[in-house]
Amino acid sequence: MREITYARAIREALAQEMRRDPNVFCMGEDIALYGGAFKVTEGLLDEFGPERVRNTPISEGSITGVATGAAMLGMRPVLELMFCDFLALAADQILNHAAKFRHVYGQQVRVPLTIRTPSGGGRGYGPTHSQSLETWFMRVPGLKIACPASSADAKGLLTTAIRDDNPVLFIENKMLYSLKGDVPEGEHLVPFGKAAILRRGDDLTIAAYSRMSVESLKAASILAGEGISAEVIDLRTLCPLDVDTVVASAQRTGRLLIVEEGTITCGLGAELGFRVFERIWDYLECPPRRLACPDVPIPCNTKLEAAILPSAVKIVDEARAMMEAG
Amino acid sequence: MYRDMLLLRFFEERALRVFLEGAVVGTCHAGIGQEAIPVGIFSVLRPDDYAVSTHRGHGHMLAKGADPRRVMAELFGRRDGYAGGRGGSQHMACFEVGFLGSNGITGGGIPIATGAALACKMKRNGRVVVSFLGDGASNQGTFHESLNMAAIWKLPVIYACENNLYAMSSPWSEMAAVKDVAERGAAYGIPAEVVDGNDVLAVRESTARAAARARSGEGPTLIEFKTYRFCGHSRSDTMPYRTREEEAEWLIRCPILRFSERLRSLGILDDSSEAKLRSDAMRIVADAEEFARNSPEPDPESVAEGLFA
Repeated sequence: MREITYARAIREALAQEMRRDPNVFCMGEDIALYGGAFKVTEGLLDEFGPERVRNTPISEGSITGVATGAAMLGMRPVLELMFCDFLALAADQILNHAAKFRHVYGQQVRVPLTIRTPSGGGRGYGPTHSQSLETWFMRVPGLKIACPASSADAKGLLTTAIRDDNPVLFIENKMLYSLKGDVPEGEHLVPFGKAAILRRGDDLTIAAYSRMSVESLKAASILAGEGISAEVIDLRTLCPLDVDTVVASAQRTGRLLIVEEGTITCGLGAELGFRVFERIWDYLECPPRRLACPDVPIPCNTKLEAAILPSAVKIVDEARAMMEAG
Repeated sequence: MYRDMLLLRFFEERALRVFLEGAVVGTCHAGIGQEAIPVGIFSVLRPDDYAVSTHRGHGHMLAKGADPRRVMAELFGRRDGYAGGRGGSQHMACFEVGFLGSNGITGGGIPIATGAALACKMKRNGRVVVSFLGDGASNQGTFHESLNMAAIWKLPVIYACENNLYAMSSPWSEMAAVKDVAERGAAYGIPAEVVDGNDVLAVRESTARAAARARSGEGPTLIEFKTYRFCGHSRSDTMPYRTREEEAEWLIRCPILRFSERLRSLGILDDSSEAKLRSDAMRIVADAEEFARNSPEPDPESVAEGLFA
């Protein structure tokens, strides 16, 4: 075990899987010599060559389809989309093709496709380079969604994604790329659909994913100083969604706060909050609360951006309000 | 080949009839009049080559070697259909014969075919992929993006454009400023040709050239097959957008009629052999319909099965 960054953990998973299986290959815009916009694939070209670390034209819709077609014939492509905002261009191929084929074609085919893409704001990139669109895709049957919050999970969930025989949307986070953490050196797999309890607590449950899990941990430390004991659950994958772990926790604490970086309407909070509520409403001290981005585009200006993105400070405020409410 | 063309014609006529009778619900896109294209193409390709189809794919699939019984059963939405009733007319696949699926999104299959060709190239298996598309799909972004990628990577793919002059109701001449879809090949450095899509031998020859090019590693070819659909776009289409005179002109150029005349002039076909081929094809279609009608309905309990591998 040694400390490495989230970006390097992803690169390590890619390299290990490419060494293990000749059908695994990477494709995407500027991923080869340049190493990708966030340098995640840097150095892979030297080891694996241009056929398996394949630069593509700027054609998000069709490169997603090309990766899907290759996957249908037994390749295991790992496609990088430079920003998750570009998922909008790829949406038809994900929704109407990759995620549907197995079911619609009567189980004749497998589509072992991984789409890696960074979500999230915090860098002042503005309205088309800062969004968190993964919850849109929770409504696509046939698609799995993984969203690591740590270096170890980045490696472990990506390895699982690449070996999965289904299309997986693998959501990275721009602010986490430089975050360091302990990561096993050898083969490391983290199963899908199993949330991680990052911190134990008794007064309320905070459920989050990706960078918001990190912010929730910071918030829990602050809350502990005020005598509030928060349990922090990192969901790890949005599909499958580990509702049971959240239910068990909220049943015990009596309070549930769901934190996400995407816009609030029809988001994770709406879905998970209701699923928990319908099962254990009579155990809850107060209604579940949601902390998310309001329904507005993300501005470039740092102060405007900070005004709408959830953060540790805002999580603390929400938690305090919940404790006062009941 | 002649028998296959008859099979495709009779199958589509039967498919339209059962839809009009109401025995089958939903929609149905038939390819009556366009039979020479898939039959000519697959007559010259290898069985282990691949094809990705469009929303008008029954004929493509049958010409690739799919079982008419199971295609018809899918139209009926039955358990024995290729998609077990989930796909219907425009979402069928038969991987065992290399038919990688028809597709309800216009132009949606073009990048899929291109990716299949990338897999063939990376696996060095010497196989070729046919990407069927219509004149309408050549206006989708996926067409342009995919041709560009296939060209820069020299992928073994044949873009087979069936230009039947109308994208649903919209005439090609109003939807594009170029005369031929084939002109668009030049924009991507792809050799392209215009071929009489109602001449099965011309289809065959042009496909052979494109396949040889693909297999030798030289990359993709765009072939525009000029053709005409004798039926409506879908079962609800009354064809107000084209004249009966135009239809009559194309009926004279019927690919089956022309091939029959050609075979007769060469002394290969006569009245009795033609009658036999027709009755053979008709029997296969009648058998397919009977099979489909007798196939059980899918179990509603099974609807969510197989979502994930």
